[in-house]
Amino acid sequence: MRKKLGIVMTAAGAGVFVALLVLRALGVVRPVSGGFLQEIVLSEALGLPLAMPFTLSALLAGAGVFLAARRAMARVRELMIFLIVLAAFAFMADASEVFLGWTNLSAILLAVSLQAIIAIGMTVLLVSGGFDLSVGATAGLAGAAAALVLTRLCPALPGPAVLGVVLALLVGLATGASVGAANGLIVARVGINPFITTLGMMQIVRGLLLLVTNGKNVSDLPTAFTVIGQGGLVLPGGARIQFPILISLVLVAAGDVLLRRSRFFRQNYYLGGNEKAAILSGIRVDRIKIFNYTLTGLLAAAAGVIMTARLGSASVTAGVGLELQVITAVIIGGASLQGGEGTVLGAFLGSILMAIILSALTLLGINTNAQELIIGATLLLAVLADTLGKKRRGAL
Amino acid sequence: MPDLVLQVRDIVKTFPGVRALDGVHLDVRRGEVHALVGENGAGKSTLMHILGGIQKPDSGTIELEGRLVSFTDAHQAALAGISVVFQELSLAPNLSVAENLLANRQPVGRWNLIDRRRLHQQARDLLAMFDLDLDPDTPVAALSMARRQVIEILKAISHNPKVLILDEPTSSLTGPDTGRLFAVIEGLKARGASFIYISHHLSEIFRVADRVTVLRDGRHVGTCPAAGATEESLVRMMVGREISNMYGRRSHEVGPEYFCVRGASGGRFQDVSFGLRRGEILGLAGLVGAGRTELGRALVGADSLVAGEIALDGRPLHLGSPREAVRAGVGYLTEDRKEQGLFLQMAIRDNCVAPSLGRFASRAGWMNERAIDAFADAARTKFHIVCPGLDQQVRNLSGGNQQKVLLSMWMGIGPKVLIVDEPTRGVDVGARSEIYTLLRDLAATGVGVVLISSDLLEVLGLSDRVLVMRQGRLAGEFAADQATEENVIACAAGVT
Repeated sequence: MRKKLGIVMTAAGAGVFVALLVLRALGVVRPVSGGFLQEIVLSEALGLPLAMPFTLSALLAGAGVFLAARRAMARVRELMIFLIVLAAFAFMADASEVFLGWTNLSAILLAVSLQAIIAIGMTVLLVSGGFDLSVGATAGLAGAAAALVLTRLCPALPGPAVLGVVLALLVGLATGASVGAANGLIVARVGINPFITTLGMMQIVRGLLLLVTNGKNVSDLPTAFTVIGQGGLVLPGGARIQFPILISLVLVAAGDVLLRRSRFFRQNYYLGGNEKAAILSGIRVDRIKIFNYTLTGLLAAAAGVIMTARLGSASVTAGVGLELQVITAVIIGGASLQGGEGTVLGAFLGSILMAIILSALTLLGINTNAQELIIGATLLLAVLADTLGKKRRGAL
Repeated sequence: MPDLVLQVRDIVKTFPGVRALDGVHLDVRRGEVHALVGENGAGKSTLMHILGGIQKPDSGTIELEGRLVSFTDAHQAALAGISVVFQELSLAPNLSVAENLLANRQPVGRWNLIDRRRLHQQARDLLAMFDLDLDPDTPVAALSMARRQVIEILKAISHNPKVLILDEPTSSLTGPDTGRLFAVIEGLKARGASFIYISHHLSEIFRVADRVTVLRDGRHVGTCPAAGATEESLVRMMVGREISNMYGRRSHEVGPEYFCVRGASGGRFQDVSFGLRRGEILGLAGLVGAGRTELGRALVGADSLVAGEIALDGRPLHLGSPREAVRAGVGYLTEDRKEQGLFLQMAIRDNCVAPSLGRFASRAGWMNERAIDAFADAARTKFHIVCPGLDQQVRNLSGGNQQKVLLSMWMGIGPKVLIVDEPTRGVDVGARSEIYTLLRDLAATGVGVVLISSDLLEVLGLSDRVLVMRQGRLAGEFAADQATEENVIACAAGVT
C-alpha cells in the first residue's frame, strides 16, 4: 500500500518535473522576474502563475522514493545524493531566472569537469583504503610540462603542429602517471602511510613546478592545443558543449561502470574492506595499490592539461586546493576514509552538488565569501547524516 | 535465603527486528561463580552489555546488594561494583603493563605527576596474584595474546568489583594460564567476590562454576547447580534438541598421500615434515605458540618459508603468495576471522566469492552478478547460514554464521587441500556440529584437511591422525585410535 502510493507520487512528481523542463525549453513556461514563480504563458497578456513548481514536483517525487524504496535508499547510496542534487537543482530553477539557461548549466558542468575527472581516481583510491593529497600539484605540473613542450621544444621540431600537440599531451600525461606511480611504490612497497606519502609528494611536485617554470606562467600556447579546452561540439539547437565537459562525462561513465562491474576494479572493495583478508584471499594488493595511484596521477594530469588548454596558459598556482575539493566531493558522494565504499557516480553527483551550491551563491546574490563555509558545512552534514543512518541500522 | 549480590528481573531488550532478551532473570549469590551459557545469539552478550552499563534495557530491573541500580555507561557500572572483561581487548598497546593495569588510576605524587615507583609496586602486587613473572615496564604490544588476556582480567580484578563478568576468558589462554585463572577466581571467591562466567567450553564450567544459567533465544531456560548437571543435559537445554556424537564418523576410505611437506622451516617452526592423504583429516595439536598457525600460513605463502619443500600430486609447489596457493588449490581458513578472514562491512554474497572472483568474471573481466547471487544462495542453503538476506553485512551475523561464511568462501575455491585454523573458535554448539559435518563431507570428496585447533576434544573427535607440535617442531604423531587427551597433552607440553 505504502509502496504503491510512493510509486504513484514518484511518477507524478517526476512527470510534472520533466514536463516543466520541456515546456520551459519551449518557452511555454517562463520564470516571473523577482522570484519563486513560474508562469504558463496562455497568451501575450495572460499568464497562469505557478508557485515554485519545480521544487514542489521534485519534493513530491523525492517523498515518493522515500515511501517506495526505503530499503533501497540504505543500499544504493547514490539515490540519496541524487535526490539532494535534484532538490537543489529544482530550488534553483524556481529561485533564479537564469539558472535553467544553457549558458549557466554548461558553466556549472564546465566547473565540475576537471574536478570530476580527478574524482574518478580518488574514488577508486578511497574505496581501496588509499588517499592522495598530491593531485592538485600533479595537475599543475602536468599542465606546465605540456605547456613547456609546446613553447620550448616544439618550435624547434619539424613536422605539423598537431604532432607537437600530441607530444605535449603524452609528456603531460606521463608526468602525472610517474608522480602517481612514485606515490604507489612508496605506499605499497615501502609501506609509508598514504597521508604522509602524498603530503610530501604534494610539496615536492609544487616545488618541481616552480623550478621548471622558474616561477613564471607559461603562455602563448598554439590554438591546436587550446582547442582541447576551449572548443566544443555545437548541438542542433545551437547550444555548445565544451570538450572538457564531454571528456569528463565519458570518463566518469566509463569509470563508474568499471568500478561497479569489472573484476579488476571490484577487488578494491575487498582491499579497502579488509586488507589482511584480501591478501589471504589471493588478491594482489601491492599491484592494485600501485595501479590506483598511477591511475589517479594520470587522471590528475589529464585534468591539468585540459585546464592549461582552457586557460591558454600554465599557471604556477594551478590546482592549488584542488585536492581538497576533490576529496570533499568524493566523500559527499558516499565514500569513506575507512575504505570499502563509494562509487564514481556518487562522487560525480557530489561534485555537481558543490557546483550548484556555488552557483546558487552567485545567482542569489549571497556573499560569495561564504563559499568555503557552506562547502565545509555540506561535507560535515553529508557525513553526519550517513553516520547517523548507519548507527540506526546497527551497521557501526 | 542465600545472600544475593545481584538480582536481575524481567529484562527485555529489543533491537530493530530482534527481541534479544525476553524477560530474562538471573540471581548471583555472594561468593559464587555463576556460569551463563547458550548458543551465539541466545542473548548472553546483550545481558552482559546491560549489566556492564553499555546498553540500557527496555524494561526490567537490576538490584545490586538490594538497591535498584541503572547505569548510563560502563564507568558508572564499574563504580557501582560490576566490571566486565570483554573478549575484545581494551588495552593500549604502546603503554606499559603497569600503566594499562592501573589505567586512569595511576598513583600520583607531587604536582599530580605519576609516581612511577608506586605505580610499578602496585602493578607487581597484581601480577604476583597470578604468579606472573613479568616486568611491569614491558609494553603491552610485546606480549602474546594470551598474556594480554591475563592483563585484561587483572585490570578488572584490580577494581575490586562485587561482580566480575568474564566473557570467554580462556579463549586465548594456554593450559597453565587457565589453571592460574581458576586459582585466582577461587581465591577471590573465598573473599566474597562473585563472578558471572560466560564460556562455550562446558568442561571449564564444570571446573569453575557453582551454578549454571542457560539462555536460549533471549529467554531464560533454566538455572541449576553445576554439580548436578551433565554436559549432555546442558547442551540439550541450550539447543533445545539432542546432539548426538557431534564429531560424526568417517564413512569413507582414506586415499594415498598426495600433499607432502618436507623439512619446512620458517619464523617460528623448524624442520616440519608430514604427508597428507586424500580424504584425511589431519589434526595439528599443540599449545598456543607452538608454531601451528605460523606453519599453516607459510604453507599457503602468507608468510615465507625459509627452507623446505612442498609437493602436491607429486609436483613441487613454490608458493610465493596466497594468490598462488589459491590457484594451486590450497586454501587456508584463518584463526582470526574478524581481522584476517572476513570483509565485515561487505555483504555476505560479496564475502562468499572473495577468493574466487575470477570464476565469476567473464573473459573480458566483467563480473557476473547473477552467478554470484546463485553461488551465495547455494552456499546459504548448504552451510545453513542464518541471515535475513544475502545483502546483509557480515558484521551483523553471529560468530557461528560468520564462520560458516568463511568456510563457504574457502570451499568455494574447490580446494584440493584445506588448512583450517581454529574453525570453531567462539562458535556455539549447534553451529559447531554443523561445521564438523561440513568438514567431514569435504573430506569424503577426497580433499585432505589439516585441522589446527586448540580444542583438544575437537582434534581427537575429528582427526584420522594427530600430529603434535611443540616449540616449533613436530613432537609426535598418533593414529586416531591411539590419541588420547593424556598422551597428546603430555606430548604437547613435553612431559614424558
